[in-house]
Amino acid sequence: MKREAPKSIADYSPLFFPGLMLIVFFVIPFSTMIAVSFFLRDPSGFYTPDFVFDNYARFLSVFFGRVLAFSLMLAVMVAICCVAIAFPFTFLLTKRPRKVQTIWLVCLLSVLSLSEVIIGFAWSTLFTRTAGITNLFVFLGLMKEPVALTPSFWAVLTGMVYQALPYTILVLYPALVRLDPQLLEAARTLGASPPRAFFNVVVPALRNTIVATLIMVFVFALGSYLLPQILGRPSHWTLSVLITDQAIYQSNMPFAAAMAVFLVLMSLALVGLTLLVGRKENAL
Amino acid sequence: MMATFLRRLYFTVVALFLAAPLIVVAGVSVNEKQDLAFPPKGFSLSWYGQIFFDAEWRAALIASVTLAVTAAALAVAIALPLAWFLWRRIAPWANVFQILGLAPFILPPVITALGMLTFWATSGFYGQPWTAVISHAIFFVTLPLVTLSLGFASIDRSLVEAASTMGADDRTVLRTVVLPLIRPYLVSGYAFAFVLSLNEYIVAYMTVGFTIETLPIKIFNALRYGYTPTMASVSVFFVAVAALVFSLIARFGDIRKLLGAMSSES
Repeated sequence: MKREAPKSIADYSPLFFPGLMLIVFFVIPFSTMIAVSFFLRDPSGFYTPDFVFDNYARFLSVFFGRVLAFSLMLAVMVAICCVAIAFPFTFLLTKRPRKVQTIWLVCLLSVLSLSEVIIGFAWSTLFTRTAGITNLFVFLGLMKEPVALTPSFWAVLTGMVYQALPYTILVLYPALVRLDPQLLEAARTLGASPPRAFFNVVVPALRNTIVATLIMVFVFALGSYLLPQILGRPSHWTLSVLITDQAIYQSNMPFAAAMAVFLVLMSLALVGLTLLVGRKENAL
Repeated sequence: MMATFLRRLYFTVVALFLAAPLIVVAGVSVNEKQDLAFPPKGFSLSWYGQIFFDAEWRAALIASVTLAVTAAALAVAIALPLAWFLWRRIAPWANVFQILGLAPFILPPVITALGMLTFWATSGFYGQPWTAVISHAIFFVTLPLVTLSLGFASIDRSLVEAASTMGADDRTVLRTVVLPLIRPYLVSGYAFAFVLSLNEYIVAYMTVGFTIETLPIKIFNALRYGYTPTMASVSVFFVAVAALVFSLIARFGDIRKLLGAMSSES
């Protein structure tokens, strides 16, 4: 049976349910959120309909600027750390036997699916004074006495790298597993050592994949909302935390919605950029 | 020799990094008394019993499992006809729905959560348990959509053609040829959505956070009021469930192919 264009209305019927669900429960909520971002805050309830730009005007404050700058800086650092660790790792993984790959993929998926709550709780335990990693350092003679490592910026960064690393590996996996092995063989026959072949042949060949992955991990890291709360101080809060905080605890939905719209636009621009980079790669 | 050693070292370091927090959590979960000590003082599995016997934790467990089972089923029900249509028909504009299905997963989760919150608040259903089911189904529809699209793409069209030249109509082809071929992809799509829904916090919190406590919400609330080893045992339980589900997928399907390896020879 070949693919064919739908001829009658009945041919479209499989689309009705999915289309209806996606429009009613994704497009409409999304539009509602955009509408609410122009509404006025109502301290006693949710909001009152209006058309004002006040919520967007609040972006111009120093406080918002600082949160935005911190979120972007943190996400950039997470993306760089993750790709730096994951790229060589994934490359080596694709050279392992099938069985080894499968076991690693199962473990990575298990970690990836973990709730941010659990990751946050696990790392905060690992960073405590009583049960944490510093006890091991004391035992090994590296430190005099155990200390608490959280809340701190480094705790937030570690937790977020932990959360994003499996994601990074799984994003890189298809590109690396499909990499033509002849490319590497040629380099080796011409006398390049394995590290040299890796840095001079594999890395340049996948330059665009690396850029696309950096952007995807960056967007992923922007979405982290619990780790900065559990592992950091209020000064380490990101845009996502601020949105949750405004929506739930300050019950200022219009301002939260305005920030969310801003975050969407930023993410969409970056995802668009990824697609553009990906297209260039395919054209080559 | 040296290269093999370095590779092993690298793999070990990554493995330790991924496992370390889970090992510590597993350790504190078997403490005999209610304290946060590692290595554990004494040994007791009573905190695991708490998940099932303590009324509050059990309620949270039931709420989470119910939500995950129904939301994943709804997600598959949305994804299956859509993926089938996109495979069966040439209708470029229908790709819009595919993009809509992928969007919630690519955007930061807080955005879907806030969209759902404003929507349910505006429509007056805020806090109803079923709103979380729909919200999760939409949020995770991406997973069955991706696995099912892969599944349909892997079907050899000549098989389908053979069936239809022998006189099978669309419905018969779907039931006797297509569905059996994509069953592994259907199951893995459901399983992915199930595990992620079980672990999801922000969407559940923003939609039904004040009326129902799912396990992740319960852990986060407990985290604020101090520590109990039950939190650790629930975390270990979650890791075990995820590992079990993904091992089953790997056992009965080809997880490498699902994750983007083109063929399964190598």
